[in-house]
Amino acid sequence: MQTEEQFETTITARNGWLDINFRELWKYRDLMLLFVRRNFVALYKQTILGPAWAIIQPLLTTVVFTVIFGNLAGLSAKGTPAFVFFMSGTVAWGYFAGCLTQTANTFIGNVGILGKVYFPRLVMPISTVLTNMIPFLIQGIMFSAFLGYYWYKGAVSPNIYMLMAPVFIVHMALLGLGCGVIISALTIKYRDLAMLVGFGIQLWMYGTPVAYDINIVPAKYKGLYMLNPMTPIINGFRHAFLGIGEMNWHYYGISWLVTVVIFTLGVMMFSRVEKTFMDTI
Amino acid sequence: MSDIAIKVDHLSKEYRLGAIGGGTLRGDLQTLWAKIRHKEDPNAKIGQRTDIKIGERFLALDDVSFEVKKGEALGIIGHNGAGKSTLLKILSRVTGPSKGLIQFNGRIASMLEVGTGFHPELTGRENIYMNGAILGMSKAEISKKFDEIVEFAEIAKFIDTPVKRYSSGMYVKLAFSVAAHLDSEIMIMDEVLAVGDMKFQQKCLGKMDDAANCQGRTVLYVSHNMNTIRQLCSKCMVLKQGRVAFYGETEKAIAMYLGEYECSPAFVDLSNVIRPPEFSSHNASFQSICLTDREYAKYTVGEKISALIKFTSKNDYQNAHLRIIIKSIDDIPVMMGTSSQNIAIEAQTINSTEFTLDTSMLAPGRYALNMILYQVNEFGTDCYLDGMHNIVIFDVEPKDGFNNNMPWLSKYWGHVYNNKLEITKG
Repeated sequence: MQTEEQFETTITARNGWLDINFRELWKYRDLMLLFVRRNFVALYKQTILGPAWAIIQPLLTTVVFTVIFGNLAGLSAKGTPAFVFFMSGTVAWGYFAGCLTQTANTFIGNVGILGKVYFPRLVMPISTVLTNMIPFLIQGIMFSAFLGYYWYKGAVSPNIYMLMAPVFIVHMALLGLGCGVIISALTIKYRDLAMLVGFGIQLWMYGTPVAYDINIVPAKYKGLYMLNPMTPIINGFRHAFLGIGEMNWHYYGISWLVTVVIFTLGVMMFSRVEKTFMDTI
Repeated sequence: MSDIAIKVDHLSKEYRLGAIGGGTLRGDLQTLWAKIRHKEDPNAKIGQRTDIKIGERFLALDDVSFEVKKGEALGIIGHNGAGKSTLLKILSRVTGPSKGLIQFNGRIASMLEVGTGFHPELTGRENIYMNGAILGMSKAEISKKFDEIVEFAEIAKFIDTPVKRYSSGMYVKLAFSVAAHLDSEIMIMDEVLAVGDMKFQQKCLGKMDDAANCQGRTVLYVSHNMNTIRQLCSKCMVLKQGRVAFYGETEKAIAMYLGEYECSPAFVDLSNVIRPPEFSSHNASFQSICLTDREYAKYTVGEKISALIKFTSKNDYQNAHLRIIIKSIDDIPVMMGTSSQNIAIEAQTINSTEFTLDTSMLAPGRYALNMILYQVNEFGTDCYLDGMHNIVIFDVEPKDGFNNNMPWLSKYWGHVYNNKLEITKG
């Protein structure tokens, strides 16, 4: 007599659109943390300055922005020290851009591992996003130091909205991850996108109030401008730490909506291609 | 729970030929445009235009079904391109099947490569954790096995050195021992045993044997090395062009696999065989070869090969020579013999030449005979008139008393038997 056998795991031909096994993902949390550690340690091995590079880069960018956009072009916010104004934008944007560009490279950059062994593929982009958290936190400490100095001088007014900072960070991580995995899923077939990412992220930055104050945007375009999901986040950061501008909950809500849509779409596309990408790449 | 570890059900894997990723958006649009106008695809690979239609399907695995019981060691053998690697890739979930179903109990640890995820900048210790986690172990599990792994790999002194400073031997030893200490119920291995020195190889085989036969784990093992298959596997599957050609006893499977190289009959017609590119001058052309003293190409140790060859030629040659290369069946050259006397060749007629080649030092095994006819030109170099690979496949069999009646292990001893070792005293 034939009895129906019970098996723990089944491999079938095709993945559905939202075929993510979250329990399995949780099982691989050790691997996720090891990837984070590996990425971070390997990044600064055999460099003299080590993790100090995490500070130097945004610091230099801030100086450049302060000189060019602040002093020469006068795009900084009125009444706020230009230096912390630009630094807040640079640091926040840096995290988002890092998440996006690095997760976009998930499949192509890791063919060696992905082609030889199985683990839930989402481990890779998630660990990338977590890895980026480390330099971001270091930069956060640097920013706090400068902020403290200006606060002491009475030039900025941090407020209760600072408690929103973790929400902003998670928000950026999800948005960066979502965009990144969409691109990573598409680059399997079309490498062109990999070329576009670096350029695209720069364009996006100029469409976001990172290197200038939002008030220079003409009023009639403002509605459109605020739909950029990164704009309310950067504004939120600046409002919380520097006390300038306002927290526009309406647009911030829209930003979350966009983020959730992009993130879900990204995870769906990712789960669709993760099983067979080795045949195409 | 049932006693079946893996069940594979009507598994197929399909690849599309020619149409696999133009890689760029532009390429894909070009292909699409060409298709619309019924023109040739500008992105098809050269050589595919005439014989393979774009989008034609190729089945790397074709309706494969089998079951593996718990604690069984299954060997998978087959020629290159039979689908072994594809099967392992699907089982280890690197890529998905096109059709069919695989069900299994427990964790699968696949060792398609040793040292996956090793990072050169990290130390041996860090890499053990990294590699173990990639293969599916949790941190706690690795910590528990850590000392065992280090001891097995014989690298305790260097455990806190970055692996980029390791010798390649140390590197693979470490990588293999991580994989060997996995606690998974099913292990998949793709010839990874060929690492390290001979002592370490034996140690690895022992470990695998242990896993399969003592600890009750299920092992799937792919190899071209029949000795290790024999040592390890209780059952064997022969794959042929993506299908299961045989499933059952190991010895029978090996016999079937090796049997596909039949030894040749005495007479081989060579006139219509397509020559390899290096011999395509057609200045001369072999017509046939005939072994003069037997019906089949079977020899016992110590015998010589004698044969009659016939060939035609476009021109007269006075100083032609014959070169014969003997290769083992796995394509390793074993010996070369060349004629010292000139062969005179007449044009427009069938020339006959008889030769004898001393093959008395060939060890038992299966060999292929390759033959080249060449002329020494005025610069003193050779100029091929005709040549062919693997024209006669022949067996050399041991005779009674040979090698003190022990089987010949070509893996360790090569293919030449030297009978000139004499004890001169005592």
